[in-house]
Amino acid sequence: MSRALHEVATGTLFGVALNYQGLLRSHLESFTQPPYQKPPVKPVLFIKTPNTRNVHGGAVIYPQGVERLQPGPALGVVIGKSTSRVSVENALQHVAGYTIVNEFSLPEDSYYRPAVKAKCRDGFCAFGPELVPAAQVRDPHDLELKLWVNGELLQRNSTANLVRGIPQLIADISEFMTLHEGDVLITGTPEGRVDVKPGDRIEVEISGLGRLANHVVAEEIAAEVAAE
Amino acid sequence: MKHARIRYQGQVHEVVVNAPNSVKLADGRVLAEDQVEWLPPATGSMFALGLNYADHAAELAFKPPTEPLVFIKSPGTYTGHNQVTWRPDNVAYMHYECELVAVIGKTARNVKREDALDYLAGYTVCNDYAIRDYLENYYRPNLRVKNRDATTPVGPWIVDVADVPEPNRLKLRTWVNGELRQEGSTCDMIFDIPYLIEYLSSFMTLQPGDMIATGTPEGLSDVVPGDEVVVEVEGVGRLVNRIVSEAEFFRIKTQHDTQRAAKEHA
Repeated sequence: MSRALHEVATGTLFGVALNYQGLLRSHLESFTQPPYQKPPVKPVLFIKTPNTRNVHGGAVIYPQGVERLQPGPALGVVIGKSTSRVSVENALQHVAGYTIVNEFSLPEDSYYRPAVKAKCRDGFCAFGPELVPAAQVRDPHDLELKLWVNGELLQRNSTANLVRGIPQLIADISEFMTLHEGDVLITGTPEGRVDVKPGDRIEVEISGLGRLANHVVAEEIAAEVAAE
Repeated sequence: MKHARIRYQGQVHEVVVNAPNSVKLADGRVLAEDQVEWLPPATGSMFALGLNYADHAAELAFKPPTEPLVFIKSPGTYTGHNQVTWRPDNVAYMHYECELVAVIGKTARNVKREDALDYLAGYTVCNDYAIRDYLENYYRPNLRVKNRDATTPVGPWIVDVADVPEPNRLKLRTWVNGELRQEGSTCDMIFDIPYLIEYLSSFMTLQPGDMIATGTPEGLSDVVPGDEVVVEVEGVGRLVNRIVSEAEFFRIKTQHDTQRAAKEHA
């Protein structure tokens, strides 16, 4: 099932940061101070490079020398039809469907500079288990997200709390860059990211989209396995 | 040797470039520079460096960084040699940035500086345009400044590593309508290419076709529709681009999209 998703979603993985109301609110005071000066005006975007791609059931490497690693449960929107400068009203016509994304990252103490070292490590963007066609998702802005670590529910939120909904994101982004067929929009991770350790089993569930499971493996062990 | 990607009569070709910028197709046909549509010579991710020349950092009133300041570009922002780039309406400052680009030729992970050049396919040139009006202090420089459609000309070709014996002694120059506006040398780079390959590959895998745009020296200035902007890296290439208005760009784009759709349905 996850095969079809990874055949369709072959484009660029675009992430949106600070797109949950609770998360943005928690930073607003610091965002009036240097180096930020004022809160963000437009969507805060980042790119997960192709080496970050990972699948349902895939191992996520816990890099050697890193102190903390955090999963990032998010709703993924797969673009079905290339779109440039689309209106909010017509934006959803360009969506093929939805999937679950686990956007792994090292903790971010600052949003000032691009978080390449934190976010672009190999395998740091798992998505799946499948592509659920847009027509089967009644309201993408009313989906519950849950994160389990070793079976324990540690993070819970709803896409009702997005700062910008999906049509607004597609309109804002396609104003300056085309969203291509197969691109994936990672709509944001809610506040309350948790730390995980090697050996942990991480699952993200989104209502109607299934459950995306990954496990964390220490880099040293992954290297040993690869060498065998 | 120089390698390029071009489109000719609707087909994409990998070609060899000979003097004077004529291209030779795999089947032996030879075409002139102005007969073909030049495409970006590589299409992986681009790792672009901010503030990687001490003089440019000073120009922008920044202290030189102690660790590379890297931002990422995705393929949608690339365009080829002799193409157009758009200046959005109602902005005050759009500037070019002439840069030497290292193109990755084989998968690179945990590569040491001494071995770094073995991982290159070669060098190319890019013009890393920025729309400074859109700068925000979040993941700066943000995508709206640096990852716009057709706003990163790359090319015209990739030059073999062996043909550029001293990559850290190359002159960089930008002309606007024939007037020299920017001049520098890769010898003033803060983090050189071997360092950057070691740095990036220490925490991620670089893939064939990925590019490292190594930053720009001082000498930035505003460009407007109608301007011809030429960026040149000595011994690597001379990349030509023309600025058009927002309206003209989207008129051309719609035309192309319609033509392509018609061909696909034919």
